[in-house]
Amino acid sequence: MTSVDAVLHGLQGAKKDTKGKVLEFALLGALMVILATLFALLFDVMRLGVGVLVDRPGAFFTGKLSTFSAQTAGISQGIKGSMLLMIFVVIVAFPLGIASAVYLEEYASDTRLNRFISVNIRNLAGVPAIVYGLLGLTIFVQFFGGLTGGTSLIAGGLTLAVLVLPIVIITSSEALRAVPDSIREAGYGVGATRWQVIRSHVLPSAAPGILTGTVLSISRAVGETAPLLVVGAITGFLSNGGQNFVEQLRGKYTSMPTIIYRWATLPNQDFRALTSAAIIVLLAVTLLANGVAIFLRNRYERKW
Amino acid sequence: MVDLGNKEIDMHISAAQARSDAASQEAEVVFELKDLSVFYGRFRAVRDINLRIREREITALIGPSGCGKTTVLRCLNRMNDLVESARIEGQILYHGVDLYDARVDPVEVRRRVGMVFQKPNPFPKSIYDNISFGPKIAGLDGDMDEIVERSLTKAALWDEVKDRLKEPALALSGGQQQRLCIARCIAVQPDVILMDEPASALDPISTGRIEDLMNEIKTDYTIIIVTHNMQQAARVSDKTAFFTVEVQEEQDRRTGILVEYDSTETIFTTPADERTEQYVTGRFG
Repeated sequence: MTSVDAVLHGLQGAKKDTKGKVLEFALLGALMVILATLFALLFDVMRLGVGVLVDRPGAFFTGKLSTFSAQTAGISQGIKGSMLLMIFVVIVAFPLGIASAVYLEEYASDTRLNRFISVNIRNLAGVPAIVYGLLGLTIFVQFFGGLTGGTSLIAGGLTLAVLVLPIVIITSSEALRAVPDSIREAGYGVGATRWQVIRSHVLPSAAPGILTGTVLSISRAVGETAPLLVVGAITGFLSNGGQNFVEQLRGKYTSMPTIIYRWATLPNQDFRALTSAAIIVLLAVTLLANGVAIFLRNRYERKW
Repeated sequence: MVDLGNKEIDMHISAAQARSDAASQEAEVVFELKDLSVFYGRFRAVRDINLRIREREITALIGPSGCGKTTVLRCLNRMNDLVESARIEGQILYHGVDLYDARVDPVEVRRRVGMVFQKPNPFPKSIYDNISFGPKIAGLDGDMDEIVERSLTKAALWDEVKDRLKEPALALSGGQQQRLCIARCIAVQPDVILMDEPASALDPISTGRIEDLMNEIKTDYTIIIVTHNMQQAARVSDKTAFFTVEVQEEQDRRTGILVEYDSTETIFTTPADERTEQYVTGRFG
């Protein structure tokens, strides 16, 4: 045996990695089960729902709610309601959440209390949505009922805003933490104050990450159903457009997931197709939001 | 205002001349460290440093890793304030004023005592914006374009970047980025420039350019440089301070101390302390 052969023999490896192969297939299998479930779900929704979207796309989007006539029912009020709810999330949760994150990351000193607060904000993100619904019921519907108009769009919007607040804080905090200290030191080094450093350098550097997090929190909020059911989103009588804007905000409302929930529970089989069509619309919105978030992250992500 | 007699005016003038004569012999002390100890929490990083740093000189702080030279440097513009657990004992006088006096604003200190860091850290913005940020927040008068050009010229970078001032600073090479950081520092017209191993992340050619640059700007600024590179200290500095680590075995504590401070020539040829000699001749550290 020449020395080259000896080296080759040594490099070849004696036995096959059977255990490794088995494990690899098991892992692949796990992935397959999940994908299969997902595709079955999507397929079922598509099969039932696409017909509605193809047959009467205009009427479905502009039509009003009905629990009697599946032929004329539409989701216009749900779209409007969901959009208004998201506006509340944007104007309430984003400023509050980003401000909290800036305080926690840039100002708060590293004390036990502050660490405790940070940990608990993380815990809050894991609290079931229905709990936020009950919180909203107590605070926004009952306690501040005089201002919000009770089970109103304002109360629903504020509840969703509180629901996504921990997510906004966490993602913003992570984006801020990803900004290297060398940038802060560079700012301080030329005589900038803390706020000047944050405003001119830290926030712009963290902006893409913060933006990604906020878009993701929107897509979370738009799909939430349980808390809205608790704080009074309904599918019955709704604004007829005769009221002014403030009255509408203080009035009854519905949202996309609420409609889906309501239709899905109707005994009338005709509504199954409508339910699926509404799900397709909601899925499309969520996917679009997530897509935007991913695009923004990839587009502006900065490597340090 | 009482009209002063000619004689009295002459006296004032001659007194001023006497002061300036004295200054030319022995430059004004910019920093005076008196029994300075720096703590991080309960850990004492350096102790009992006594040092006088004079105007328009390049002072090198050298010594083995962990000897606290960077710690001392970062106290001189209160950059250590950013480390929450850091505190000092003793005094640092800046032109005679206690730098850690409650009335002193660290932001104003850093405006006068600029800093260049170990790793080039330009802002992720354009070259122009990197330079203009400092003067803008300092409210410096004058044409910003002119300030940018002057700063970049002083940092020997103008010719390389004059046609792409709007391009991102991070597109520059490492050496250019570090010169940009020096230009950014110069732009706010500081009194002192602190440099924390400014060339340790650079190749030899870039390092040479930074060293040349230091020699050029030292006519205008007092420069204090921390370096691991003894040849660099020998090449660029007028004064050298040698630090070392004092190990307390029983407590497993390491504290930095100043061993010797003298002219660079003395430190590298006839040091008074044996430890200095061992270090500069490469026998330890």
